Amino acid sequence: MDISQYRSKLARFQSSIALFVLCLALSILSDKFLTPENGWNILRQTSVNVCISVGMTLVVLTAGIDLSVGAVLALSGAVAAGLLKTGIELPSNDLFVGFTLLGTIVVGLITGSFLGFFNGWVITRFKVPPFVATLAMLTIARGFTMLWTKGYPISGLGPNFAFIGTGWFLGVPVLVWIALIVVVVAVIISNKTAFGRYIYAIGGNESAAKLSGIDIGKVKVLVYTIAGALAAVGGIMVTSRLDSAQPNAGMGYELDSIAAVVIGGTSLSGGRGSIMGTVLGALIIGVLNNGLVLLDVSPFWQQVVKGLVILLAVIIDKVNSKAE
Amino acid sequence: MLVAEKIGKRFPGVVALDEVSMELLAGKVTAIIGENGAGKSTLMKILSGVYPEYEGRVLYKGTEVKFANPKEAQECGIAIIHQELNLIPDLSIAENIYLGREVTNEFGVLRKRLMREKTQELLDKLKLTVNPDTLVRDLKVGQQQVVEIAKALLTDAEVIIMDEPTSAISDHEVDILFGIIENLRRENKAIVYISHKLDELFRIADRYIVLRDGRVTEAGEMKGIDHDAIINKMVGREVKMVNKGSRVVGTEKLLEVNRLSLRPLDSLKRMLLDDISFHLFRGEILGVFGLMGAGRTELLESVFGLHPSKCVGEISIEQHKIKLRSPEDAINAGIALVPEDRKKDGLVLGLDVKTNISVSVLDQVSYAGILSDKKEVDLAQQYISSLRIKTPSCKEKVKNLSGGNQQKVVLARCLATRPKLLMLDEPTRGVDANAKHEIYKLIFELSEAGLGLIVVSSELPEILAVSDRILVMSEGKITAEFSSHDANEDNILKAAIPKTI
Repeated sequence: MDISQYRSKLARFQSSIALFVLCLALSILSDKFLTPENGWNILRQTSVNVCISVGMTLVVLTAGIDLSVGAVLALSGAVAAGLLKTGIELPSNDLFVGFTLLGTIVVGLITGSFLGFFNGWVITRFKVPPFVATLAMLTIARGFTMLWTKGYPISGLGPNFAFIGTGWFLGVPVLVWIALIVVVVAVIISNKTAFGRYIYAIGGNESAAKLSGIDIGKVKVLVYTIAGALAAVGGIMVTSRLDSAQPNAGMGYELDSIAAVVIGGTSLSGGRGSIMGTVLGALIIGVLNNGLVLLDVSPFWQQVVKGLVILLAVIIDKVNSKAE
Repeated sequence: MLVAEKIGKRFPGVVALDEVSMELLAGKVTAIIGENGAGKSTLMKILSGVYPEYEGRVLYKGTEVKFANPKEAQECGIAIIHQELNLIPDLSIAENIYLGREVTNEFGVLRKRLMREKTQELLDKLKLTVNPDTLVRDLKVGQQQVVEIAKALLTDAEVIIMDEPTSAISDHEVDILFGIIENLRRENKAIVYISHKLDELFRIADRYIVLRDGRVTEAGEMKGIDHDAIINKMVGREVKMVNKGSRVVGTEKLLEVNRLSLRPLDSLKRMLLDDISFHLFRGEILGVFGLMGAGRTELLESVFGLHPSKCVGEISIEQHKIKLRSPEDAINAGIALVPEDRKKDGLVLGLDVKTNISVSVLDQVSYAGILSDKKEVDLAQQYISSLRIKTPSCKEKVKNLSGGNQQKVVLARCLATRPKLLMLDEPTRGVDANAKHEIYKLIFELSEAGLGLIVVSSELPEILAVSDRILVMSEGKITAEFSSHDANEDNILKAAIPKTI
């Protein structure tokens, strides 16, 4: 095996290595880091970002971007919380529609899926660049969240709903179970189904994909719909964990999620990357956040460090792909 | 003028150049000949400073030079005109020519008038009668090439390297280009001319250097060597022109196109396809010839369902009228298209061979929606062996394959859909002489297997070699039809040249 082969092996596992080194360093620097409680803590905190970032990965693989995930998360969570708390009153008929727990969750997910579908429709039907279309959706969804919540948090959602965010199942937090299921399904879809293959083909060369008989529009709309749905999953998770739907929930989540995708080695120009890479990326960010808090680093410095890590990840990726 | 001594260049896993020595003379046109992957581009990239690291040495006017980047080479007097033109479409000719070496006054403000006048002088010299303020976007490809040459002349380049300059321009523009080269030769410039088109080399080159597998196999004067001898030296063995043998064409109509028209985007322009009708028999190879802009590619695209909203007319496959709204519909109807530009439209270069072959038929290689790696590999292997695709494995990335083998991967993808009608747009563009013959052979084999084939090409010898019947297009219309017995270069060209100039 010559050097270039070592190099490409190394490149493949760069995220895992980075994560390992990071954990090693933190466990030496802080005795609070390597404890079971802290481990579950990190996984619970990361689980929301993992869900959103899985959707983001699919979008980025098609050479798109979704800036609206944070706002979609907020609106979906708020819709679910609002319905759970008060149901819908139709004053004209003196009718009251109450929602079960499952019902509110389903409506929340439908809300997110629909917003994602709308993104995809605008992008494919009117050829609006994804950056612009989802930027518009960001403010639209945020605006609707404010309208729906009238600017106040919706709190006190009851123990059943809170179980999602705080409960445990088979010794593992429910939030982590959700993220795990999302990841497993996404890995299968992206590697083992025609739909997943089409995502890579479109990102790699859209025009060749089209001439191969792939319905580009359908695939893209589905990808954005999935991204919206997963943002809604994140919305339910966040709302449940806080036992409250905050009108400004998910602010800036799109950036954490893009960071996870990029650190995980997915190319922003599409066609190259993986779900597992993104999971590692999200974990790196999660561990970093956690470690900096444990080490008592000021939150302002935390932001600086996070930014530098993103830059470093992209630079390493560039250097590696050049060597290839 | 320029001497290269024992140049070597290695990439991971391959030796691209191995002790290559050559010499460029002032006032001579030197042709560099070789198959794809023979090392021509690598050699030119070393001479023009793109690759700063290599073995051996380069002497320029007697002193050793080593360029760290293309800019240094340019300043020294070596200019390269790449196959893909490096112009910025939304800047004017003058702005493009002066890009990176703008002339300014003492306050740093651009001296636009001066630059425009100088540009005008250059354009006059090159006999390009357009305003220097014209945007490059609005120029034809041939004219853009002239702008590239003007750029080289501005720097007083002594050595001008042209990489496949005629791959995208019409014969008329080729004549103009050759006129310019003639003048440059008289001005004592050393010119390097790289092309696959041997006929051109015989017209323009004084000397030749043949590269094969990174080594110089032969060099000498163009006089006293003929076509076959050069091909011989390129591939290292005799390559005979294809022999069609006796061809049997079916009598069953496979495709019928009736009054097909294609509207342009801009309503003022002429129709892109104007009332086209033709048919194709099973087992027949129909050649379609036309100059740039004749509508050849648009014809294939329309039959492939790429322009559903701008297209009117009837298309029938096996007597059944079909409605094509997308390439998906076309593929389902048994139509396949090998596009003109395989890198741009044909392949996902970053993915591997098997993925590219199976992408149109993923349902064939899955169980209950889950892809089966084994089935996919089997499918790929089947075409790798039947089409003789040279690849280390079916999991090799397509971008690492040679041009001819990439083309075969596209072909494999099309054949995997089990088409009745296969349309090939410029099937041998940018592939070497040997791969060309391989592809011709495959075309004949496929037609014998009962497929109907439409081959579009801008190379007359190719059209004449493969077709049973030839349609000639000009300005969106079919202007002539010949059987293979009646067709010759003269009558085809006559029909292809537009009447309204």
